[in-house]
Formats: sequence, C-alpha cells, structure tokens
Amino acid sequence: MTAADEATELLLAQVRAALADGRPLRIEGSGSKAFLGRPVEGEPLDARAPRGIVRYDPTELVVTVRAGTPLAELEAALDAAGQMLPFEPPHFGPGATVGGMIATGLSGPRRPWSGAVRDFVLGCRVITGLGTHVRFGGEVMKNVAGYDVSRLMAGSFGCLGLITEVSLKVLPKPRARRSLLLEMSLPQALARLAEWGRQPLPISAASHDGRYLRLRLEGGEGSVSAAAARFGGEPLDDGYWEALRELRLPFFLDPRPLWRLSLPPNTPPLELPGEQLVDWGGAQRWLKTEADAENVRAAAAAVGGHAVCWTPGRTDSPFHPLTPVALRYHRQLKARLDPRGIFNPGRMYAQF
Amino acid sequence: MQASHLDEPRMNILYDERLDGPLPPVDKAAVLAELRARLPELEVLHEPEALKPYECDGLSAYRVTPMLVVLPRRVEEVQEILRLCHERRVPVVARGAGTGLSGGALPLERGILLVMSRFNRILEINPEGRYARVQPGVRNLAISQAAAPYGLYYAPDPSSQIACTIGGNVAENAGGVHCLKYGLTVHNLLKVEILTIEGERLVLGADALDAPGFDLLALFTGSEGMLGVVTEVTVKLLPKPEVARVLMASFDDVEKAGRAVADIIAAGIVPGGLEMMDNLSIRAAEDFIHAGYPVEAEAILLCELDGVESDVEDDCRRVEAVLKQAGATEVRLARDEAERARFWAGRKNAFPAVGRISPDYYCMDGTIPRRELARVLAGIARLGAEYGLRVANVFHAGDGNMHPLILYDANKPGELERTEELGGKILELCVAVGGTITGEHGVGREKINQMCVQFGPDELTAFHAVKAAFDPEGLLNPGKNIPTLHRCAEFGRMHVHRGQLPFPELERF
Ligand SMILES: Cc1cc2nc3c(=O)[nH]c(=O)nc-3n(C[C@H](O)[C@H](O)[C@H](O)COP(=O)(O)OP(=O)(O)OC[C@H]3O[C@@H](n4cnc5c(N)ncnc54)[C@H](O)[C@@H]3O)c2cc1C
Repeated sequence: MTAADEATELLLAQVRAALADGRPLRIEGSGSKAFLGRPVEGEPLDARAPRGIVRYDPTELVVTVRAGTPLAELEAALDAAGQMLPFEPPHFGPGATVGGMIATGLSGPRRPWSGAVRDFVLGCRVITGLGTHVRFGGEVMKNVAGYDVSRLMAGSFGCLGLITEVSLKVLPKPRARRSLLLEMSLPQALARLAEWGRQPLPISAASHDGRYLRLRLEGGEGSVSAAAARFGGEPLDDGYWEALRELRLPFFLDPRPLWRLSLPPNTPPLELPGEQLVDWGGAQRWLKTEADAENVRAAAAAVGGHAVCWTPGRTDSPFHPLTPVALRYHRQLKARLDPRGIFNPGRMYAQF
Repeated sequence: MQASHLDEPRMNILYDERLDGPLPPVDKAAVLAELRARLPELEVLHEPEALKPYECDGLSAYRVTPMLVVLPRRVEEVQEILRLCHERRVPVVARGAGTGLSGGALPLERGILLVMSRFNRILEINPEGRYARVQPGVRNLAISQAAAPYGLYYAPDPSSQIACTIGGNVAENAGGVHCLKYGLTVHNLLKVEILTIEGERLVLGADALDAPGFDLLALFTGSEGMLGVVTEVTVKLLPKPEVARVLMASFDDVEKAGRAVADIIAAGIVPGGLEMMDNLSIRAAEDFIHAGYPVEAEAILLCELDGVESDVEDDCRRVEAVLKQAGATEVRLARDEAERARFWAGRKNAFPAVGRISPDYYCMDGTIPRRELARVLAGIARLGAEYGLRVANVFHAGDGNMHPLILYDANKPGELERTEELGGKILELCVAVGGTITGEHGVGREKINQMCVQFGPDELTAFHAVKAAFDPEGLLNPGKNIPTLHRCAEFGRMHVHRGQLPFPELERF
C-alpha cells in the first residue's frame, strides 16, 4: 500500500469511528475557504493527507488527483504540459487544496465562457456517511452510467461526504491572450456584452468597476488581435484577473460586509446601497454594503438570482435560503447519504 | 456459433419481479375511472390497438404493452396524474419522443406511460440573455431553428435531433458529435423545472449561472426519469461559429488513426468534432450516401474545426500537418459547404447505412480512454469472430465514445441472443480498460446487468439512496438505471462461470 492509500484508509477508519458514535466531523483542508458558510460544531478532520496526482495523460485531457493535493501543485503540473483548469478556481490562500476547490465549487473570471468546476468533474471517490469508500463517474469524458453524484459533490461543502480523489477534464491553454480597458458606464457595458455575446468573439473574462469595462480575449492569434483591434481601448495587465479572482483588488479592502450576487448576466444595475464590482460579464456582482441581509437577498431574488454573504458572522444564513420544497429535498438527500448527519452539519444551512 | 454461449442461463431484459423487486398490485379499471373523474379532459389510451405504438422506444427488440397511456397537455394535468399515482401506488414511466436506445421509456404492464410529447411549445427565445425556455416535448432541433434568426443555436446535437425531445435529452444527458468542445446536455442547461412523484414543483438551477444549495440540476441530468418529470427547460444558446471546416484523413491502419487523435489533442487543439469510422462503416456509408469516402481505407477521421476564420485557418494547417505526420495516407479539406455537408452526411447516416447491409443491427455505446482504442478495437474484432457476428465501428473519437454496431438477423433463431451477449462482452471490455458501459444512451433497461460490472454493491447502495431521497416508494420508472443488489448477485453468479472474470488478462481499475 502506498502512503496515500494508507492515509485514505486512515480517513475511512476515522469516519467509521465517528459514524459508530454519531460524532459530527468538521472536514478541513488548509482552511483557505473556511470563512464561507456557517460555522460547524464538530471534531476537526484533516483531509489533506491523501495527496498527489494519481494519473495525468495530457492527450486524454484528464487528470486524476487526490483531494489533499495543493491546488498550486496541480496547476503547476498542468501548466508544464501546456494545459489548465479552465474554470480558474480561486485559491484564497497558499495551501488551498483540490478537495476544497471541489467542495466549495468556486470558479474564477472565465466561468461564463468555460463552465464551472462541476462542468469539469468527470468522477470522484468519496467516503460516504454509509461508511463506504466509493467511486462515482470515471476518467472518461462521456459517462452516463448511474446518477451523476460526482458533479453533485461540487459545491456541496462537504455535507454529503468526504471527497478523497477527483478526475477532472482539463484543456489546452489558449495560444494568445490580451486584456483591455475600455471606459464606459455599467449600463452601456452590459448592453455591449449582451450584443457581443451573440457574436463569435474570443472574450474570456469581463468585469466592470463602475467606470471601466475590463475584457480579456483568449484564442488563436488571429481572432485575438482582430477583436483587440475592433474593441480598441487601453492595454491592461493580465495580472488583473488573478487579483480579481483572489478578491485582492482595492475594492475588497472596503470594511463593509461583502456580498456575492449571482444574477442573470444582463440584469440592469441593482438599486442597492454600497459599492458594486461586476464580474462574469454581469452574472457575478460583488457588493460592499451595510444593507440588511433581507434587502440584499430580496433584490437578487427579484431578478431571478441569489445572494451569498461572504463576510462571516453577519447573518445566520450566509447562503441564500432555500424554498421550502427545495429544502425538503436537500434534507432528504442528506438524510439518505449521511443518515447520522456527521459530515459538516450546518455548514450550508442550519437545517442539515 | 458456439453452443457454450447458449448454455448460459439468460437474464430477461423485461421487468422481473424476482430480481427487480415486487411491483404494487394495480387495478386498471379503477385507475382509469379515477383518472377520468379527476381529469375529464385528459387524453387516455387504454384499448390494446391504441397502446401498441407505445410498447417500445428505440430499443425495439423489447416490447411491453403499457396498462394505460396518458397524453397530458397542461402541467396541472401532469401534477394531478402524479398525485394520483402516488396515492394509489401506480408506477409511472415518462416518455418523450421514444427515440431512446436503452429502453429507458420501456413501459410496464402494470404502469402508466406518461407521454410528454404534447408539451411542444417554445416559451421564450431571449437573444440578449442567450437562453431559450421551452416545454419538455420540444424537439432538440426545433430550439436551434427558433434561435437561428438571432445567430444563436443550442449546441448538443444528438444524431436523433430531428425527433428527440429536450425532456428526453435532459433525462439521458444526451450528447452528439460536438461534445468535446461544447459539452453534453448538462453543460448547456440553466434551469429545469420538475414535478416530483408527489406532484410537487421543484426548480433546479436558475436563470443565473448558479443556484443556492446542492447542484441538483447536475444530479438530475441523466437520471433517466427516475427522480422526477421534467416540465420546463431553460437552455443556453451559443453564437454560431463564424466558420467551420472539415478535414477527412484516411488511414491504412486503425491504430494509426487512434494515435492521430491523441496527436491532435497534444498539439493543443480542441476540434469542434472528431469522428472515426472503420472500414465496414465507411463502405456502408459510402454505398448509401456517396459522401466521397475512401472505401479502401481501414479508418477515416473527420475533424471539424470551427470558430473565427483566422484561427480556423491556422488550426487547419496544424491539424493537416499532424495527420500527415501520424501516417495518414490522404488528407482532404472539404472545399466548400456542400462537400462539408457531404462528409458529415456519411457519418450522421452511419446507423441507417449499416441498417441497409444487415437485416438488423444493435448499437452499443461504451466510452473508453482514447489510449485504449487499438486494444479495444482488436478485442471487439476477436469477440466478433468468436460469436460469428460482424461489427461496424463508428466512434466519437474526440471524447472516446464508441458506437460498435453489431450486425445480426433477428429471424435467425438465437442470433439476437448471441448479439446481446456479444454486446454485453463489449461493454465489459470497455469497463475493463477503465471506461464505462454508456457514454450517452443511458442504462435504461438494456444495460441493467452491465451496471453490476461497472459498480460494486457500495456504489449501487449509494445510488439507491439518491433515488430514495426523491422517490422512496420507487414509483418512477421502476427497474431502470440502477439494478437491485439481488439482480447483481444473480448476474454475478451466472457470469463468473468457471471461476473466471471476463478479461482476466486486463488490469482492473
Ligand atoms: C438514430 C438515433 C440516433 C441517436 N443518436 C444519439 C446521439 O448522437 N447522442 C445521444 O445522446 N443519443 C442519441 N440517440 C438516443 C436518443 O435519441 C436520446 O437518448 C434522446 O435524448 C432521447 O430523447 P426522447 O425524447 O426520444 O426520450 P425517450 O426515448 O422518450 O425517453 C428517454 C428517457 O427519458 C425519460 N424521459 C423522457 N421525457 C421525460 C420527461 N419529460 N421527464 C422525465 N423523464 C423523461 C424516459 O423515461 C426515458 O428514461 C439516438 C437515437 C436514435 C434512434
């Protein structure tokens, strides 16, 4: 048995012991995203020991990696082969792990064009609340055998089981890249983005800070330079997108609570007090505000979106409350897959 | 033909209460009377002649006459039907266009077949938001047609797209020839509204790019009518690529063609479509469509590159160089749209083309890691010889999804049975090399036994747990998708005969 296998066996034993006495567990990686969601009352379980890349064949466009692997290590391996995780996951800390990336399901600026974490999950191994270590999905692009539990794990915040390994689709890095800065108002930018979205343009990121629209173009050399010539504007350092992804721009220093609004992309600017920074071409909007949680949520819900409070301790339900029917099916799913309720109870919602 | 294969006891594909679990007793007359009382306007079919067209889906070798067929037109009717079924414990099987190839919509003698094809209205095409909101019975191609005036289209394009419904696509997570670049159904959905078996309305996903809570939209996609009934679908629309070009490369060796696929990917290119056909399918297609295929080639690759013109020109040059380097005997770039359409017509009509050279054919749907292609094709050839049956191979080479077509004659006694057995062996070979028994057609009833090869009891137990969270009494599409542990135990007992696993020489994943 390899060290990684032993580490996984040890985790399985710890989960089984917790199951036996019904002890709740708080699954921990590096803690880079621990601020999200609700605090968990439970015994800490460090999930970082099983680590390392299991298989990576660039010509298959698939990598299989253990969940404890530092995200930076995975990205370096892909980079060396000229490939990438297209969804640009945020790290929020030097130790960010692959498991945490899957469990939180967060994606960076390329998300509207490339897809989210869940879109690239092909398979995973999970320690379940039934005390078993199982494998869902696989290492192939197309696989519809059984329910798609692997994608369900993305963004489930460890509430449905402990992820030990994941297989991801990866893509070649674009050959050309260029970033631009264009001065225009937000309504103007949203109108332009809606219009550009109907044309085959190589846009791969779009953000607006109230004054400037920032665009990233990625693709072949020809399409990128043609689009850059067409858009005009000032050149922008590509580093901007990483700072945006990591929430390191000056905007985020504002001491007011931070909210993430997930909205239909072409929603007109929302009337909410505070400052807004628009990402994802309008589909993700960061809001710094002192407004009540109810008001923020109501404004997002009214246009078909939802709101998440990114600043801990401001509301009892940082995640947008579920409808009663949705809540019921969430609880039933949790009860069936984690009948003793040991995995991260309450991390997403107080009710499960 | 080898007698030994027929000595093995066979497990019937039709619902078997001993293996699939008891079904509740149902009183047809009482259910019919209650449906009529509660929904006087609902169209209900109950006479044997009227039920006949619904006794099978695209897997037409298997037929069951449903107890009743209902054809609702309003969501409220579907809701009431489900409530009634839940109260009276009547199994329900949803059906779209019935083009499914795995028996997912195969009816039950003691169940209601809920036909959703009357829900065929496109509710909204929103060019600014780049989405379409449609009823579940809308045909896949109709969405792209409605979006075309805005320069937009719906990307997933199963070969059955003129007939299959979007509800069926969601239920099967349908694919097509452009999946490697544009994804499957799951990648192109924003929101799906469903009714649960209790008749409760549940919205999965959102108009935004994500929704609060678990990703139930991802879980539901591909769930084969087991978790709920789709009543509305919002799909993403994409701008039409500026240009698309197709290269056709001929190879004198299948293995070289397989390597060429890997080389294209290694060159950092993600083609819009990348398809492979072997000699038997090339000949069949050429004979039928006159696509201009090289009938002497052992394999052809069709590589479509799409996007902005300058990038596509660039990629065409690169791919051509890669193909020649990989040993292609000829590389042809379709000169114009007409030739491009002809190249594709051959591939898209490969199934009917094979249908012309054989009285019947059986379409398989395994996916493998591409590096295993040569080994798997050799294995298929060996198995075909062993069973005395010809196999034509068409292959979504870009994403490793194979469609071996087994040629047989249902009128010859025992040939269908041998075909099924050979099909099962091919799927087991896919699993043995690290692949899966179904890439896009679903498990349905057809691959219910092979699920026992791909998954162990712990995985199956977790799948049953998912099902129970939505439908604890198992009234939605019983017997499909996930086998009972009892069925797998039986299958294992018969299968691991003479103490041998299939393909003992291969490493297990
Ligand atoms: C010639 C041919 C070529 C094909 N090519 C492809 C291909 O390239 N790619 C591919 O992926 N598939 C292909 N298929 C298979 C098939 O077309 C797809 O699986 C399709 O998605 C089925 O849609 P349908 O409307 O016919 O569904 P049906 O066959 O009626 O049903 C399929 C499943 O969906 C469920 N279902 C249907 N409607 C609903 C609903 N409203 N709510 C809940 N469950 C529902 C049914 O219960 C059943 O389990 C092909 C089939 C044929 C005959």
